[in-house]
Amino acid sequence: MLKNLVLSKSIKLTLNVRYFHSSTKLKSGGASPISYPSLEIENAGELQKMNLFQSINNAMDIALKSDPKACVFGEDVGFGGVFRATVDLRDKYGAHRVFNTPLCEQGIAGFAIGMAAQGATPIAEIQFADYIFPAFDQIVNEAAKYRYRSGGQFNCGSLTFRTPYGAVGHGGHYHSQSPESYFGHTPGLKVVVPSTPIEAKGLLLASIRDQNPVIFFEPKLMYRSAVEEVPIGDYEIPLGKARVVKEGSDITIVGWGSQMRVLLQAVHMAEEKLGISCELIDLRTIQPWDVETVCNSVKKTGRLLISHEAPKTGGWAAEISSTVQERCFLSLEAPIQRVCGYDTPFPLIFEKFYVPDHLKNFEAIKKTIQY
Amino acid sequence: MISNLLKLNKVSNTLNFSLRNFATKTGNDQVKVNFNRPFKTYLLEKGPENNAVTNKKELIDYFTEMSRMRRIEIVADGLYKKKYIRGFCHLYNGQEAVCAGMEYATTKDDHVITAYRDHTFMMARGATPKEILAELLMKEAGCSKGKGGSMHMFTKNFYGGNGIVGAQVPVGAGIALTQKYNKTGNVCMAYYGDGAANQGQIFEAYNMASLWKLPIIFICENNHYGMGTSTKRAAASQDFYTRGHFVPGLWVDGMNIFSVREAGKFAADFCRKGNGPIVLEMDTYRYVGHSMSDPGTTYRTREEVNEVRASQDPIEYVRHLILTNKLATEDELQSIEDKIREEMDEAADFAINAPLPPNRDLFTKVYVNEVPVRGVEKSLSFKP
Repeated sequence: MLKNLVLSKSIKLTLNVRYFHSSTKLKSGGASPISYPSLEIENAGELQKMNLFQSINNAMDIALKSDPKACVFGEDVGFGGVFRATVDLRDKYGAHRVFNTPLCEQGIAGFAIGMAAQGATPIAEIQFADYIFPAFDQIVNEAAKYRYRSGGQFNCGSLTFRTPYGAVGHGGHYHSQSPESYFGHTPGLKVVVPSTPIEAKGLLLASIRDQNPVIFFEPKLMYRSAVEEVPIGDYEIPLGKARVVKEGSDITIVGWGSQMRVLLQAVHMAEEKLGISCELIDLRTIQPWDVETVCNSVKKTGRLLISHEAPKTGGWAAEISSTVQERCFLSLEAPIQRVCGYDTPFPLIFEKFYVPDHLKNFEAIKKTIQY
Repeated sequence: MISNLLKLNKVSNTLNFSLRNFATKTGNDQVKVNFNRPFKTYLLEKGPENNAVTNKKELIDYFTEMSRMRRIEIVADGLYKKKYIRGFCHLYNGQEAVCAGMEYATTKDDHVITAYRDHTFMMARGATPKEILAELLMKEAGCSKGKGGSMHMFTKNFYGGNGIVGAQVPVGAGIALTQKYNKTGNVCMAYYGDGAANQGQIFEAYNMASLWKLPIIFICENNHYGMGTSTKRAAASQDFYTRGHFVPGLWVDGMNIFSVREAGKFAADFCRKGNGPIVLEMDTYRYVGHSMSDPGTTYRTREEVNEVRASQDPIEYVRHLILTNKLATEDELQSIEDKIREEMDEAADFAINAPLPPNRDLFTKVYVNEVPVRGVEKSLSFKP
């Protein structure tokens, strides 16, 4: 078993940095695939090519193997789940540990809390993040406050909710939303969003083992399109730590999940067309988010852009923006930019207009630089 | 695939309905139909009779309407595969007798609410194939101005497309409450599947509807699979008609339009008399996958699907009644089908060629008034 190893925050873009390639066209309309730098895991051992759902499957496989109290359940997970993330796990660990539930999200959340309070390690799947709202009460009122309410006598910290979120190109409003802010707003919960297969595995294992309830949002757009050489051993990536994907000096750009590839594309564009140097940060954990890494970066660059798919008003960018102006007021050289979804329901035909694509981000970078 | 289907249809034409009780012609083009799968009742002293009388006009109507439903779904399937329809799309093939039978049992002043398997309901409620297909293709001519497809099906007294399974049922109870409050004498039919039947909201709706004696027909379309999970593995009791506990219920052969119609009339009458809610479990079957991304064969066998198709198909059953009673010839039925094919192809062409909604529709109909929408860079936006 490997130790919990993480790369230091700075990744040098040298020749031996590995990249993953997206095999499909970017949803933002970018024509060419981009190379996104892979996170280096020290002493990684044997590697295997995996896409995002395979690395998540691999993480659950390790969790089920290493923790006899772990179990996986949700709608249709028994035969692999609609995105194939749980494929083969039932055959491997038995129907008593990997099982289907009826269609009842509120019940799924409640069962998970009860099991966790008894010391089990439930890994519950909500089929789409858009379906999490029937479970909202259980998650916000019960899961988040179980430790608090019982004065520490009980807790449901061993539970993890996995759920696919975000735009896929044609999901419409019931299959595309990004509800991370609703949960980030709730003390007692941790909220994690991975952006690559390597990170998804390490972050999911850390989430499962974290002694607080975690909601793990998986960027469904990348389930198949993101492919990396993932270490097959056991490793964790600590929660609450952002990753500096690329160092730079003129502007700090913060995002998470599938937005990271869009932002990297915007960064390439800005560096090429504006001759500037951008620092790109993947927040990875939405709550508790890595204030230090973001603020240190802003103090260095003097400018900040935050981008997410969720609507602008009340989105997590607002929280980051507010904290940064409190901490870095004198370092700021331009107003903080938020490039987000519109304040409308997630559209179907107009998705291309709605999503904060690389062009909108490029425009915002330009505006900030020229302020 | 299609040739396969045709072959099956042919087979079912010849050997099919030996399992069903035969109908007898009683003169004046009237036909008496006996139900071989009788009703089962729950908390009811007496259910409807296990037979029905029909006639040539009805039979031709039913054949036509159900064939239109089958056809629009086949067309939608093709449009999806050609990528004209994007997003999520759920087809109704096999379940037509439920939708059609209930329509013939009630009036257009009654209300219908259902989830996303809803294209045929729109048609049954009087919407045109053009506006349905245009909506599926996200065109401005669609019933909801092209906002987005299956989840946006609305027309007079019809509320379709709930994406969160079960969420439509309490909404239906609210519609029924209004009928009672305003003494309209109309009922609300709230449809949900066997998968949704396990959602907590359904039980909340049962309770309120019963407590306040609301004129609502809870219709559980039991097609035996909630997505890929069979009822056996999802429901502690698969007798969905008894799951209202204190709400009376009726088990109905949902593959037989006459059973559905008689049950529908019985239930509507029950509600209109002020008895409160009733549950109808429609035993039915979906030939296709749960959605377009589900082949529908990973959790059940092809043989199972084929067997239902060959022995219970609701349209073939009506065809069989018409032909054995010599109420129309095969050629006459064929010409009906040809006309339907033409109607649907024309609607598909219309939808394909219809214009997209104007860009500003991205931020319309969010609030009652058009308010500036934050984040939209162009007109009507807040300046950051």
